[in-house]
Amino acid sequence: MIHNDLIPLMVGVPLAGAFLNALLGRKLKGVPDLLGILCTMGTLFLGFVMLRLVNAHHVLLFEVGNWPPPIGIAMVVDGLTVFMLLTVNLIAFLVVLYSTNYMSRYTQKWQFYSLFMLMLAGMNGVIVTGDIFNLFVYLEIAAVASYALVAFGTERQELEAAFKYAVMGSLGSMFVLLGVVWMYAHTSTLNMADMAMVLRDGGSGEIVLLASVLFLVGFGLKAALVPFHAWLPDAHPSAPAPISAMLSGVLIKALGVYAICRLFYSVFGITWELSTILLTLGTVSMCVGVLLALKQWDMKRLLAYSSISQVGYIMIGIGIGTPLGILAALFHLFNHSVFKSLLFLGSGAVEYATGTRDLRKMGGLARRMPLTAGTSMAGSMSLAGIPPFAGFWSKLLIVVAAVQAGLYGYAIIAIVASILTLAYVMKMMRYGFLGNLPERLKGIKDVPAMMKLSMSLLALICIAGGLLLLPQVRELFLTDASKTFKAGTELAFRIMSEVR
Amino acid sequence: MAVYVLCMVLFCVGIYAVVSKRNLIRIIIGIMISENAVNLFFIATAYRIGGRSPIFSPLTDVQNMVDPLPHALVLTAIVIGLATTALMVALAMRLHEKYGTFDIAQIRELRG
Amino acid sequence: MSRERDPGMSLIVKTITRLTVGLILLFGIYLLLHGHLTPGGGFAGGVIIALSLVHVMLAFGKDKAFEVLSVSGAKALEGIGALLFLAVALLGLAWGAFFLNFVPKGEVFELFSAGTIPVSNIAIACKVGAGLFSIFVALVIMKHEPTEKE
Repeated sequence: MIHNDLIPLMVGVPLAGAFLNALLGRKLKGVPDLLGILCTMGTLFLGFVMLRLVNAHHVLLFEVGNWPPPIGIAMVVDGLTVFMLLTVNLIAFLVVLYSTNYMSRYTQKWQFYSLFMLMLAGMNGVIVTGDIFNLFVYLEIAAVASYALVAFGTERQELEAAFKYAVMGSLGSMFVLLGVVWMYAHTSTLNMADMAMVLRDGGSGEIVLLASVLFLVGFGLKAALVPFHAWLPDAHPSAPAPISAMLSGVLIKALGVYAICRLFYSVFGITWELSTILLTLGTVSMCVGVLLALKQWDMKRLLAYSSISQVGYIMIGIGIGTPLGILAALFHLFNHSVFKSLLFLGSGAVEYATGTRDLRKMGGLARRMPLTAGTSMAGSMSLAGIPPFAGFWSKLLIVVAAVQAGLYGYAIIAIVASILTLAYVMKMMRYGFLGNLPERLKGIKDVPAMMKLSMSLLALICIAGGLLLLPQVRELFLTDASKTFKAGTELAFRIMSEVR
Repeated sequence: MAVYVLCMVLFCVGIYAVVSKRNLIRIIIGIMISENAVNLFFIATAYRIGGRSPIFSPLTDVQNMVDPLPHALVLTAIVIGLATTALMVALAMRLHEKYGTFDIAQIRELRG
Repeated sequence: MSRERDPGMSLIVKTITRLTVGLILLFGIYLLLHGHLTPGGGFAGGVIIALSLVHVMLAFGKDKAFEVLSVSGAKALEGIGALLFLAVALLGLAWGAFFLNFVPKGEVFELFSAGTIPVSNIAIACKVGAGLFSIFVALVIMKHEPTEKE
């Protein structure tokens, strides 16, 4: 464990980008694009630096304002954190590359980048912070920015979806705040590590249970687990494509899945009941998402339902709780971020070229837009779990982990859901990219260069993602992250003993 | 104790408004009620019996103050609530501009 | 009383506003500058400063208010406030920690004390004041100019 001064920059750089954009971007045309690319590149680079540091020292700690943790705000970076940071910033960087072209058709690009950077700062903040109220604040920064981004087009559907999302999101945040209040009233501390210590020394079971339920509802709303998923299929398709990619790819994971993991594993300590709840929610999300996705004709809506179902897979892996299950869940989280962003960017490219998202009005686009079709194909195959692609390995690992843990029922459901996934992916490919080209779409062209570049890079990661499981690479990236889960509340002990 | 219960009742009132009302503005008001109920609850938990306001000045001693931290946190929560509310009101106004109504029963293009 | 001839409210409101608005502004600035000593601070001060502007706008109509602070001015001020706050935080990093209070703290209960906190307060007040004013403007003006984006 060492102290590290780079951690606050993860939040500071995007924030500076957002405000500089708001100040300069209105007048100077090239500034928003440039700032966006520079900031996301910067945070991605910082992420890699931290990966190296975490490999060497395991836990990085930063005390804001030099106040020691139980009093001041702490920022903690461990294996799981750095894993999430890299995922979020990698996707953000590629999405910004894509938006340089895509967002040209909207006026006022600077607003888009400002909100985007705010959202990124919020997500990075949620990930690095070690203070539970701070987590709520960052959560709200990211959430408010995302409400505005969903409404960015200010058309009827966008506004309706954004309002729905804003109402549901505010309810979720309120539950989280209520949970924070209960935990603060119970433990008299806001620092997560300190809180874990207090709870270990003996906390009242009822209050922790109440807070767990509140957090589960709050973060479950953000993660769009099934009873709380109603906003997602409206909000994600209505946003501009880069934002859909960010929302589905990383936002629901950073705000929902990561926060659930962090609180339930590192603070409360996972119990049998909690993991059963996570397993149940995961399974229900997986089944409902996949079944609803099957009947969609709107390309982005189909993908949104698919996100619900894939988050279900991740929750199952986390609920299983064995080292292999956690590893598989994290690997699937990474894969899902990559291929779902890719698919949303692909659907954005299709919309950019043809002006429609309805699968029934498309067809044969592979001939007109070979690169978009190719990359989307790679993403779809990964999503459906076809062998050489990364998605196959993570799903296989989840099923294997379930079987090893003796949860045969969940394994079978996961396999069936995977087959249904293949079905809706095939539907999307069949109606979208293969088949006959309608007369109306004869004249379309493929998308501009930056969009192609970004999609190609994501497709490459999709194909090569399986390499992350090679032993040497796994040591660097995934194993450290899953160790965080195994350490559980021990992590808190190590942090607090360092401080005292 | 009664204060806590009242805060929770207020919270439920807000949630009820969000769930059952059909007018956009009333939904926003419901959210604000719930939010403020949580804030009130937070402030209420900070109270110590016989405690005085946590303002440090040359005339008062530091003994027996109520917990000052929740006040600072609630201020933050209020600011966040302000931002959310402003955004939602703006969205509601835009929706009214497009649809000519605040009734959510008539604002339903998205379904399925 | 027609709006075209004379934007704003009646003579009584205008007179009272002329008398009070300076006091409101002054009170906001007082809260802001004494934020590190007494209850108040950047947010409360900023809100009250914004309220004085809103007050002018309500009484005299929007043109008069925009003479004091135009929309683009408010947006710029907002950005500057946020960047100033961030700069204070990041400057602390140069001395060893994010948000480190690196300026000498001075005596307790003196106006010029508490290191970076008054600077942060002023930054917050800029951000909040300008931000609230632009929110108000956005919500009020939006109806009249439906084509303009927020």
